[in-house]
Amino acid sequence: MNRAALLLLADGRFPAGGHAHSGGAEAAVTAGRITGPGTLEDFCRGRVHTTGLVAAALAAAAAAGADPLALDEAADARTPSPALRQTARRLGRQMMRAARTAWPSPGLDALATARPRGAHQPVVLGVTARSAGLTPPDAAHAAAYEAVTGPATAAVRLLSLDPFAVTAVLARLAPDLDEVAARAADAAHRCLTEGTGALPAASAPLLDVYAEAHAGRPVRLFAS
Amino acid sequence: MSGVHATARITAVPDGRGGTALPELAGEGPIALRRTRSADERAARVTVVGAMTAPLGGDRLAVHVTAAPGAVLHVDAAAATVALPGRGGERARYEVRLTVGEDAELHWLPEPLIAAEGSDLLMTTTAELAPGARLVLREEQILGRAGERPGRLTTRLTVRIGGRPLLDQELSFGPGAAGWAGPAVLHTYRAAGQLLVVDPAFEEKPAEARVPVRDAEQGESVLTPLAGPAALLTAVAPDGLCLRRLLSASVAP
Amino acid sequence: MHLDHEHTVFPQRHTWAGPTARPDGSRRALRIGLGGPVGSGKTATVAALCRALRDELSIAVVTNDIYTREDADFLLRNAVLPPERIAAVETGACPHTAIRDDISANLEAVEELEDTVGPLDLVLVESGGDNLTATFSKGLADAQVFVIDVAGGDDIPRKGGPGVTTADLLVVNKTDLAPYVGSDLGRMARDARRQRGELPVVFTSLVAENGVAPVAEWVRARLAAWAAVPA
Repeated sequence: MNRAALLLLADGRFPAGGHAHSGGAEAAVTAGRITGPGTLEDFCRGRVHTTGLVAAALAAAAAAGADPLALDEAADARTPSPALRQTARRLGRQMMRAARTAWPSPGLDALATARPRGAHQPVVLGVTARSAGLTPPDAAHAAAYEAVTGPATAAVRLLSLDPFAVTAVLARLAPDLDEVAARAADAAHRCLTEGTGALPAASAPLLDVYAEAHAGRPVRLFAS
Repeated sequence: MSGVHATARITAVPDGRGGTALPELAGEGPIALRRTRSADERAARVTVVGAMTAPLGGDRLAVHVTAAPGAVLHVDAAAATVALPGRGGERARYEVRLTVGEDAELHWLPEPLIAAEGSDLLMTTTAELAPGARLVLREEQILGRAGERPGRLTTRLTVRIGGRPLLDQELSFGPGAAGWAGPAVLHTYRAAGQLLVVDPAFEEKPAEARVPVRDAEQGESVLTPLAGPAALLTAVAPDGLCLRRLLSASVAP
Repeated sequence: MHLDHEHTVFPQRHTWAGPTARPDGSRRALRIGLGGPVGSGKTATVAALCRALRDELSIAVVTNDIYTREDADFLLRNAVLPPERIAAVETGACPHTAIRDDISANLEAVEELEDTVGPLDLVLVESGGDNLTATFSKGLADAQVFVIDVAGGDDIPRKGGPGVTTADLLVVNKTDLAPYVGSDLGRMARDARRQRGELPVVFTSLVAENGVAPVAEWVRARLAAWAAVPA
């Protein structure tokens, strides 16, 4: 049990660059599909059960000690959008910097050396969790939490939504996050014996459309 | 265990005269196979017929396709596949296993898969490619027949080159799947599909990411270069017709 | 234009933003942050500094725009540096977060520039226009310049705030506009001295020939001190 380290890792103020990313929410706002707390909730639920689940499973598997380079390759295969692959690697590199200062470990050093341009962020998150003495379910929870808080925070800024209403959205999503984290941790456990094919590959076609459309826009508030 | 268990098999090899022979062409149960005429003289063409009413809940159907090194095989279908509810409410499984050898080329272009109301189908497509193999693969999923609610449908597409993952995508829709009708996944669209092209030529010259001009009435699509010698066109649309139109865009290297 | 505190152009300073050497052992570039309110002339100052120093120094620039690449594009359009020496960091509507609270994207950008176009002597990190409290993290910038202008009100130095009070150099820009907007430069200088003690203040008009000279001189002094630190 190492609860405080998990809070620190999952805190939006953990300096790993997440604040500049909306997780597709800005493009969905631009497309007129997130307009208020209700549609934000639908967006977040879809995201956490698809790419959020994949991220949580990758993080949990890395925390469980699966080969991070194999996981990085599995993450590439689960990320058809080059804009999202680039974002994931950029954020991975940024998290690596914070992680190596906060919880230095040979595991983080080895991954940083093997992927100097950055590994996928969920993989770095998982190796970080391991370095901090956290469990695979902890890593899965942190990834799932991040999958919804990023878009929610961005939506508050983009649409000037009532922050209390948005916090209520996140509270309503909590059971979804727990469910996703549990599935992810279970898949991560199987990944240790069956390989990365055992990890979920849930995808969200519109998130891929949004990511590439957003990458081509000259005027935007968030990097992704 | 209830339901039909059937595995159809196709094996294509070079015929030594610049064309492709089919030493194995074995339909089973509801899956019938016909050798049809190909416009490409290098290729053997096979059309899957008679899969119209399958799979029902509880069925376990499979198609195993092998294009041996140097073979060129085109597989298509005569009609859409409709997943229907079974008597016991069990889940149906449909497994497609594609193996493409070195310098072989496989076009896997079935008709859409329609998840009728009350159905529950898990469809897995696994493609094992040798380095240098070419693959053109189209998948279309339509959620419910006209005017009905969708059944439960999960499709997983896994493509590996030389044993290493190239693409792994799972789509899960319908009752019991969470979040799919929200603005992150399908929004109000009820058809989704992908066109994958794997070609060693992409190694030299990757495809450029592109979001074709969007008219939300007609659906949306995005062309993405994968982290390997391949390009993927992903589309979502209000119906099968619009979806096919979006997936007819050129993805050639 | 006069240089206000010539004797303290480079006050003693013992801290640097992180290790002074790059992973390969070579000395990293000196990193100077430029912040200040919207429209005070940060980008124009960066452009003028690049023009003044580019022949003697290897320079790169990181911009932190709020919602566009406009600052980066301005520098590109004016060709103050080759495009590969200019990087834009996106800040998710919060430039002060990117330069102070979570500097990871900026550090990335700086290191990427050093890797691709280095070795560099100087990296200028420009903040997006923000409020008077926006300062650079000591983990990102070795020294910071706060740019205000006379048209923004001659009471800004009196009001203080972390930017005005603690920046290593306060630049009061657009002095040529003072007569038109009724700003009292003398009063601004006195207020600044009261807020900043011995920290230097310079007044600039970038429309004048070599108007950025006082800032350029301050940068040179900082570089000399940087060079004196063992790597």
